[in-house]
Amino acid sequence: MKKIINAVDLVEEQMVEGLRKAYPQYVRRLDGTTVLVRAEKKEGKVALISGGGSGHEPAHAGYVGKGMLDGAVAGAVFTSPTPDQVYEAIKAVATDAGVLLIIKNYTGDVMNFEMAADMARDEGIKVDQVVVNDDVAVEDSLYTAGRRGVAGTVFVHKITGAKAETGASLEEVKAVAEKVIANVRTMSMAIRPCTVPAAGKPGFELGDDEMEIGIGIHGEPGTHREPLRPADEIVDMMLDRILADIDYSGREVAVMINGCGATPLMELFIVNNRVHDVLEQKGIKVYKSLVGEYMTSLEMEGFSISLLRLDDELKELLDAPADTPAFKEI
Amino acid sequence: MTDNAKVVEILHAMKEAISENAQFLTDLDAPIGDNDHGINMDRGFKKVEADLPGIAAKDIGAILKKVGMDLVSTVGGSSGPLYGTAFMKAGAKTAGKMEIGMDDFLVMMDEAIGGVQMRGKAVQGEKTMLDAMIPARDAMRAAAAEGKDTRAVLDAGVAAAEAGVEYTKGIIATKGRASYLGERSIGHQDPGATSFTVLLKAIAAAY
Repeated sequence: MKKIINAVDLVEEQMVEGLRKAYPQYVRRLDGTTVLVRAEKKEGKVALISGGGSGHEPAHAGYVGKGMLDGAVAGAVFTSPTPDQVYEAIKAVATDAGVLLIIKNYTGDVMNFEMAADMARDEGIKVDQVVVNDDVAVEDSLYTAGRRGVAGTVFVHKITGAKAETGASLEEVKAVAEKVIANVRTMSMAIRPCTVPAAGKPGFELGDDEMEIGIGIHGEPGTHREPLRPADEIVDMMLDRILADIDYSGREVAVMINGCGATPLMELFIVNNRVHDVLEQKGIKVYKSLVGEYMTSLEMEGFSISLLRLDDELKELLDAPADTPAFKEI
Repeated sequence: MTDNAKVVEILHAMKEAISENAQFLTDLDAPIGDNDHGINMDRGFKKVEADLPGIAAKDIGAILKKVGMDLVSTVGGSSGPLYGTAFMKAGAKTAGKMEIGMDDFLVMMDEAIGGVQMRGKAVQGEKTMLDAMIPARDAMRAAAAEGKDTRAVLDAGVAAAEAGVEYTKGIIATKGRASYLGERSIGHQDPGATSFTVLLKAIAAAY
């Protein structure tokens, strides 16, 4: 294992501190926790909290700030934060308007956030939750834990955050979050795995001429493995899966090409180039594109494509101002 | 009967067993999970070990409740809430007791299983820790009903748990992260069922 770290068990702590020191104008840390909240608490609005394992930077703390999240909770690398940490975040950001937890659909995340929500409700705090499940690689059936929550979660942060900023009620904010979840789909692939520092070796092995299709964001194996093909063919195959899942025809979409951590921007733009061409051929209008690292998996080399179906409300909220370390909309 | 000092000794043995098997459990997690089960369990039981001196004189319920809280707050993932809930539920049934017998232990197992089912929304046969816990509990209850001594009852539980781990190799995961692999999860034993078996073996060996 070759990494620029000091010690395996200091990775999360030193990452959170470094992030805090980089952005004191945006975030402050709750003492004794891995929770980062807005530097200045905003009263009178629904507070949004998200989080998950570390290793997804800039998610989630990079999205704490005006127009997006109020708090982010970081667990160990690729491991859900624990209920006590989430509970501290809820207590710190809670307003009279309530708190909405944005959870990615992983079994551990859901369990830990639900335990924290139970604890907060016992204290009389108004808490509700949404679970993001945008990954089309996984079948949503009785026989799985349901689709995973992956990069599309960033759209939920942006749009739900904009809605909360308007002073909307918890019910209204939750409804918008669920609308985004219902309309966003993501598909991912990788050509090189990543190594969890504490594990010391990659979660799976890939040959030089192989790619893993349908990966999640935790370095876990995907749904299947194929010989590597040219970028355009990979994009076509991934878009086929997304476009077959919900009807995008004649709709406007927001596109996110997300790098998994070690993918050159050059390659992400090559992907984006093809995505736009294919969508144009199919009569799907791209309203907005995001290309970059939004939800990474350590040094995994690969990318995901997310497509969000838009209507007037979602477009307006997507365009609303946001000022956070990792996402700015002017 | 087993008193609170013995419970602390057994918890220490459980910590040692998890520590010894940490790499093994993590390696089991790599092909069907996310490569960290042993790491996370080891972190949790190290915290338990560190807190044992401060709670050793308390009643068994209080000790187990603290163990549960430690696991919930340090293990993370899904194992943290699941094992944490299991210990907390077991602790709730032994509140105030300074010693327990096999009847108590079987009730604790019932509570632990109920807690895991509630928190994990899972049933037997989904390739989870329940596939070791439930057969182990059933075998122990049957052995106890036959009037066997504690040693024989625990041995029966360990044997059933080990058989449960073997059983998980042949089935598809439908809960947790391994469920995303579908048929690719066949052939791999469940890390959670395995860690439960490691813990039960530690209890049996330390008893």
